[in-house]
Amino acid sequence: MSTTQISEEESQTIVSSPKSIILRISRSNPQTGTAKSFMEFKVPYEKWTTVLDAILEVKKHFDHSVGVRYSCRQATCGSCGMIINGKPRLACFTKIVELNSDVVTVEPMNNFPVIRDLAVNFDRMFSTHKKLKPYIVRDDSEITSKTKEFLQTPEEVEKYIQFSSCIKCGLCNSACPTMATDSSFIGPQALAQAYRYIADSRDKGKNERLKIIDEPHGIWRCHFAGSCSMVCPKGVDPAMGIQLLRGYLLGFRR
Amino acid sequence: MEKQENKEGIKGWLNPGRYGIERFAYWLMRLTGIGLLVYFIAHIYETSTILNGKAAWEKMLDLTQTTEGHIILAIVIGMCVFHTANGIRLMLGHGGIGVGKPGRPDYPYTPRSINMKNKLCIYASIGLAALAMMYGLGVMFGE
Amino acid sequence: MRESIVMKVHYGTALGAVALVAVHILFRLTQEFSKSLQYESVIANYEFLPYALVLELILVLISIHGFNGLRVILLELKQGRGYEKAVTYGCIAAMVAVIAYGSRTIILASMGMS
Repeated sequence: MSTTQISEEESQTIVSSPKSIILRISRSNPQTGTAKSFMEFKVPYEKWTTVLDAILEVKKHFDHSVGVRYSCRQATCGSCGMIINGKPRLACFTKIVELNSDVVTVEPMNNFPVIRDLAVNFDRMFSTHKKLKPYIVRDDSEITSKTKEFLQTPEEVEKYIQFSSCIKCGLCNSACPTMATDSSFIGPQALAQAYRYIADSRDKGKNERLKIIDEPHGIWRCHFAGSCSMVCPKGVDPAMGIQLLRGYLLGFRR
Repeated sequence: MEKQENKEGIKGWLNPGRYGIERFAYWLMRLTGIGLLVYFIAHIYETSTILNGKAAWEKMLDLTQTTEGHIILAIVIGMCVFHTANGIRLMLGHGGIGVGKPGRPDYPYTPRSINMKNKLCIYASIGLAALAMMYGLGVMFGE
Repeated sequence: MRESIVMKVHYGTALGAVALVAVHILFRLTQEFSKSLQYESVIANYEFLPYALVLELILVLISIHGFNGLRVILLELKQGRGYEKAVTYGCIAAMVAVIAYGSRTIILASMGMS
């Protein structure tokens, strides 16, 4: 396939850059039955250019129909997860220079239904996340309690704070080897969030959540390959959360 | 909307290169498990020939106590040692031992569960398996 | 049965099997390897009741562990109600068959019926 490049007069931003990469973008549309194929574009870059910047450059100058979801551009909204050079990453959080490659290939995340091109459907991830009650479960509330608020020591906060950084970008689910074949697996994202709430000293929903995850496609289908933690852009470390969560079921934790 | 699952499939298991030694250990654990189960069933069949008398037993020994048979047995020894050593690492990990302590993550967010202890255990499991294979070959051929 | 109970059995059988297989291998190393496989030597092993008991335990422990491991791999490979039921019952049936066939060898050989 021929490579398209920006003509000098069209480019408004980075024509001065002597460096460029070939950006290979996966194109597919299951709705119209269009099979996956790659389009190549020659995109100039600077040391601060992210993969998302490069994709938006393509949308601006070559092909505005490229399907990509993004919002905050600062690794907070969790929208722009995709496979970049074979690994799940956030496009806004990945600089082209750090890839050390003249060719950057972007594909939709694995283990999620493709909507179009690079955009995937998060419905299942959000529904499993909700299934595990991602909120504090208890009968009383901070308003009616005598203490007015549920106090926590800094040590109690440390137990779960790391897991509350999850932005639901889905990179962990995309990297997980179990999710590569098991459509019913709860997945590292939801399991890590189950630990986040169980480890919270204010929460009383431990038994309810443990019951949900203790089933044939629940927590036991995690084999501690650790790929989820390797790709997490926020340092959530789902693999750690899952193993600590499993400790409750094995009787190592109370 | 027609949903395209976009599952990676078995090649997601078989492609350990992208995610480090832990993913390689995951794949090897699975492979050695299946290999050991196949050997176990074959071993039960092999030993059952003893009920058919000395001649049948010796005929089976002639079939298995060959160079190829010894090499297969050495591979089985290696699989067994790796599966055991890595299995103990996993069991401890599954209980939350050796996976690190939760805390506030700092950039560049190196995951604590993917630590040197775990990596060393995996390398040690592979090393022990290789040593056991060499010892096994020494015992079987060094007679 | 809850999956946590199944997996506790999986871990327990693994630990038990490791200890007993070590005994089984040591028995092969008490004398020269090829001599330990001689007909008379193997029969003597079977007729030594504590060792026959160890073999039976190994048979049961590894069968449970191995076929549950296979069930886990197959469940992760494909999903569906009918398939999952077939995998679970198929693995249980295979496990029972292997235990029965192996026990037959151990019992008959230890009773000197070979």
